[in-house]
Amino acid sequence: MTAVTPFPADARPLLEVRQLSQTYNLRRQKLFASRPTLRVLDTIDLSVRPGEAVGLVGESGSGKTTLTRMLTGVEKPMSGNVLYDGLDVWTGGEAHRKLFRRSVQVVLQNPRSSLDPRMRVGTSLLEPLRSLKIEGDHAARVLEVLDQVGLQKSALERFPHEFSGGQLQRIAIARALMPGPKVLIADEPVSALDVSIQAQVLNLLKDLVRDLGLGLVFIAHDLSVVAYTTSKVYVMSSGKIVEVGKPLDLFRNPQAEATQALVGAVLSVEAGLAGNALA
Amino acid sequence: MTSRNAIEVRDLVVGNGDVTAVRGVSFTIPQGGRMGLVGESGSGKSMTALALMGLLPMGWSTHGSVLHDGVDLVTQSDKALSSRRGRTISMVFQDPLSSLNPVRRVGDQISWVIRKHMGVDKKTAEQQTIELITQMKLPRPEQLVRAYPHEISGGQRQRIMIAMALACYPQLIIADEPTTALDVTVQKQVLRLLNGAAHDRGSALLMITHDLPIIAAMCDTVAVMYAGRIVEMGPVAEVFRNPRHHYTRGLLDSQPTMDNIALDGTSRLVSIPGMVPPLHDLPTGCAFNPRCAVATDRCRAEMPELSGDTLKSACWHPVPNSSEVAAQ
Ligand SMILES: Nc1ncnc2c1ncn2[C@@H]1O[C@H](COP(=O)(O)OP(=O)(O)OP(=O)(O)O)[C@@H](O)[C@H]1O
Ligand SMILES: Nc1ncnc2c1ncn2[C@@H]1O[C@H](COP(=O)(O)OP(=O)(O)O)[C@@H](O)[C@H]1O
Ligand code: SF4
Ligand SMILES: [Mg+2]
Ligand SMILES: [Mg+2]
Repeated sequence: MTAVTPFPADARPLLEVRQLSQTYNLRRQKLFASRPTLRVLDTIDLSVRPGEAVGLVGESGSGKTTLTRMLTGVEKPMSGNVLYDGLDVWTGGEAHRKLFRRSVQVVLQNPRSSLDPRMRVGTSLLEPLRSLKIEGDHAARVLEVLDQVGLQKSALERFPHEFSGGQLQRIAIARALMPGPKVLIADEPVSALDVSIQAQVLNLLKDLVRDLGLGLVFIAHDLSVVAYTTSKVYVMSSGKIVEVGKPLDLFRNPQAEATQALVGAVLSVEAGLAGNALA
Repeated sequence: MTSRNAIEVRDLVVGNGDVTAVRGVSFTIPQGGRMGLVGESGSGKSMTALALMGLLPMGWSTHGSVLHDGVDLVTQSDKALSSRRGRTISMVFQDPLSSLNPVRRVGDQISWVIRKHMGVDKKTAEQQTIELITQMKLPRPEQLVRAYPHEISGGQRQRIMIAMALACYPQLIIADEPTTALDVTVQKQVLRLLNGAAHDRGSALLMITHDLPIIAAMCDTVAVMYAGRIVEMGPVAEVFRNPRHHYTRGLLDSQPTMDNIALDGTSRLVSIPGMVPPLHDLPTGCAFNPRCAVATDRCRAEMPELSGDTLKSACWHPVPNSSEVAAQ
């Protein structure tokens, strides 16, 4: 692994959204009625620095995935700004936008559906370089990334069905690392994995943040998983950020109602054995 | 052959001629008892459940015996099994959307089960359906019965499935990952309902999940499955506080909890290296040996059998008990 470089906590944000809002039009109820709208994101402020892992939690439908679509630039917000390295990605010019697209990569929940089953792993890994038109020694890059995620070279020749869920998630992470991103957005990356395998993937993400100085935006339902992986957590509810804090502080002393509900939903083996987990 | 047990499974083997997914599993759940079945995906939990229900996929067959309600389910005809499902033994699946009929109203689906098994008239069945839905704490029961499955949320659908499974006061309810597809905030509510309703009816519960906290919250005993076999079994508190099998220990250690998170972000979870072996290529001896830190030649050569008193483990070199671990 590369040498450990310190990433000062006061470093400037790499990726940031300011006062971001997004509204969707819903179906008309009646022919001539006006179209009802749904405000899915409401004046969101969020940022991530190099070497920092931030968590995003919230109940289903609170807007987490919608926010990642803004953070990765696949959707344009109705109002507010998305800044990469201090410059707006929608008005900062073509060159900046290109830099942003390769610098922010995403890892999704289910590696089985995010990797093409007919493609050898080696081909899948090269895909982002091709679509982002990145030049250079691709073969060397593949080997470097395989090493970072702890996969053998022999994986390149194989197909997705030959791997377990945890190995596939490593491959998905490797693919996201190929363009050399500065920020990784992981939307429920371990929800589909078994507990023992979850730990492997969470440890890998933590290593990448520490060793490569990546910024990580980590989304999950389960507060204890988020607390393990990140150092700052944003809590979302109905499209708003309702609380921000250190994971343990939120866990011990949740302020917002949504945070309290999430904390209350965490089950633990000890609480279960004590007989009060479902009380 | 009257028995006080909700189910007694002896040497259950489930295979399709090519591979064997369940390799000699035995357990007993007493009337009204709760057993958890944990294990990684592919360890054979669902195949065990489907075998008990007589719902195995085409080409798969069962050996051994499954005593339930005075009969051996393994020797029963498909027709006899079908007349039991939903009546003496019922099941809640992981994905309620694919197990409910998409073109029938949810209320009709519940009352159909009640009429089929309880021999009551339509009106009584409909009334009982409303009562069940009310017990499931679903909003506006009179309207909800008229909804189609796609018109309600995942959590609501799962509660409809539970209502259906409970409708005929079965002796045993098998729940296979009933909350895995649900949001955590809804999960607890659904578990609480399943817990209370099974208790009120005196139904025994077989709770299948890879989520250890759920088992700790709901079950009296737990069986840990690995590669088609039970590798450890006993009272939940004993198994979870003082596991002797290295796979169980690993599962518990992989669990992120608020206690094993360091404030400075330096904490690392213990993870079990490697992955579950494929069925067609199981290692000899203890199937866990390629992933076990203390495996010896004996582990690679001989398969350990379950042994022990209240806590039974299949391991040649059991994990030291918790006081020794605390001292190290
Ligand atoms: N294209 C769209 N048109 C209309 N509504 C949408 C659209 N995309 C998302 N929504 C709505 O926006 C809200 C937020 O959805 P989003 O997928 O961001 O939630 P989430 O927090 O990721 O939830 P989950 O935890 O279930 O993944 C939901 O009410 C959803 O139905
Ligand atoms: N329909 C099927 N055809 C072939 N193999 C199957 C089928 N269903 C399950 N299996 C295999 O049987 C084994 C046990 O599966 P399953 O009982 O579903 O595991 P679990 O529920 O513990 O995740 C796995 O190796 C799986 O691949
Ligand atoms: S039998 Fe051997 S390989 Fe298997 S769990 Fe015990 S020590 Fe490990
Ligand atoms: Mg989402
Ligand atoms: Mg299963």
